[in-house]
Amino acid sequence: MIRIVLPFHLRNLAGVDGEVLLEVAGPVTQRAVLDALELKYPALRGTIRDHGTLKRRPFVRYFACRTDLSHDDPDTPLPEEVARGDEAFQIVGAIAGG
Amino acid sequence: MSRVRVLVGTKKGGFILTSDGKRQKWEVSGPHFGGWEIYHMKGSQAEPNRIYASQTSGWFGQIVQRSDDGGKTWHQPGLKPGEPTTTPEGMPLGESNRFVYDTSPATGKPMTTHQFFDGTQHPWEFKRVWHIEPSLTDPNVAYAGVEDAAIFRTSDGGKTWHELSGLRGHGSGSQWAPGAGGMGVHTIVQDPSNPSRLFVAISAAGVFRTDDAGKTWAPKNKGLTSQYMPDPNVEVGFCVHRIAMHRSRPSTLFMQLHWHVCRSDDGGDTWRKVSGNLPSDFGFPVVVHAHEPETVYVVPILSDSLHYPPEGKLRVYRSRVGGNEWEPLTKGLPQSDCYVNILRGAMSVDTLDPCGIYFGTTGGQVYASADSGDSWMPIVRDLPAVLSVEAQAIG
Repeated sequence: MIRIVLPFHLRNLAGVDGEVLLEVAGPVTQRAVLDALELKYPALRGTIRDHGTLKRRPFVRYFACRTDLSHDDPDTPLPEEVARGDEAFQIVGAIAGG
Repeated sequence: MSRVRVLVGTKKGGFILTSDGKRQKWEVSGPHFGGWEIYHMKGSQAEPNRIYASQTSGWFGQIVQRSDDGGKTWHQPGLKPGEPTTTPEGMPLGESNRFVYDTSPATGKPMTTHQFFDGTQHPWEFKRVWHIEPSLTDPNVAYAGVEDAAIFRTSDGGKTWHELSGLRGHGSGSQWAPGAGGMGVHTIVQDPSNPSRLFVAISAAGVFRTDDAGKTWAPKNKGLTSQYMPDPNVEVGFCVHRIAMHRSRPSTLFMQLHWHVCRSDDGGDTWRKVSGNLPSDFGFPVVVHAHEPETVYVVPILSDSLHYPPEGKLRVYRSRVGGNEWEPLTKGLPQSDCYVNILRGAMSVDTLDPCGIYFGTTGGQVYASADSGDSWMPIVRDLPAVLSVEAQAIG
């Protein structure tokens, strides 16, 4: 089971509290996790990745195991700890603005 | 007696204010979508309990929300959990918050760039929906004015949106440039006598009109002047802040230009200044009385550098003769130490008799007049900065 931490506004939008738990079939990559997330919570489509390009939105970051994974290839396997569910995949809104 | 619903979009959520026809006691619901910028909410004239909302964020992009029960509950049109997010080929499926510019070879190919702040050409990038204008007759049809400037249309209640690319394809698109607030289609006006005719206003390009339901568009800026533009005959480049029309007289339009209040009596073909005795003719909103087509309201702001009322006095100005002669309306409005702004989308009228006038401020107050502007009262005081106000008569 993959654990995902969403920022406040996206938890609000998806109507969830706390961590999101997902089953991901096949290799656990950024793309696979985000596809599964958007499949379960379609309200999140376009909010993390751009609709047209599926690229990460500029003020959104991905972290896991205290490492910034934002610039990793979306098809690179995520850390084993994330795949095992020991660590959460964190989607973070940049600290900016008012 | 009819009731009134006032839809207020703010920097940190949407609010819905309701009252009976006396418009003295108000109930406030919200925030809806707390923490998100609600650029605009507007109800369908054809089905008043259907409300479209533009929910937007610099972090998380654009969401379109819809209510079919007058704002009690909301949903993103067309979304159901469990549906695939992409086609088998890997392309994102159409969704309510997907606004993709037309890049098709047939109609979108020439529209690749617009002018950027530095004079260079810049690719079009969707940022947000400024304005949603539901059709006057079909609740499933609505238009969206977006930044970077373009107009989209839905015919399925907001599930999918498609660009009316003739606007960007007019040929002048490469000369459009952003104003300080960005480059957006911020105003959409429908001609109630001719469903094929629409007007849009773009900062900082100007007014455009279509007479074929959005296929082709023509600039309508003749007669406008700007002190910063050396060529008086230029076709585009005007920072139009707002346009307004009375439904009984669709050939007459009123405009708050960056500086100057203007009017047109020939469907935008030509414009003339009607600023007259205003203390400043800089401002953002302009509205027309619901029952008197020559009664117009503006809120003068000191200047383009000083976005607050002259002398710290919040004064709505009313002309009962279509411009040039204006009277200040002050009863119930703060007449000292007031330094708020009223943004272009933050003023509206209802259709009751007497006509109600409403406006919201960057200080979070929403003021209402139930007597065509003679007197005012704050109907809510401490909201986040108000981005838009839309009034509708219900029931």
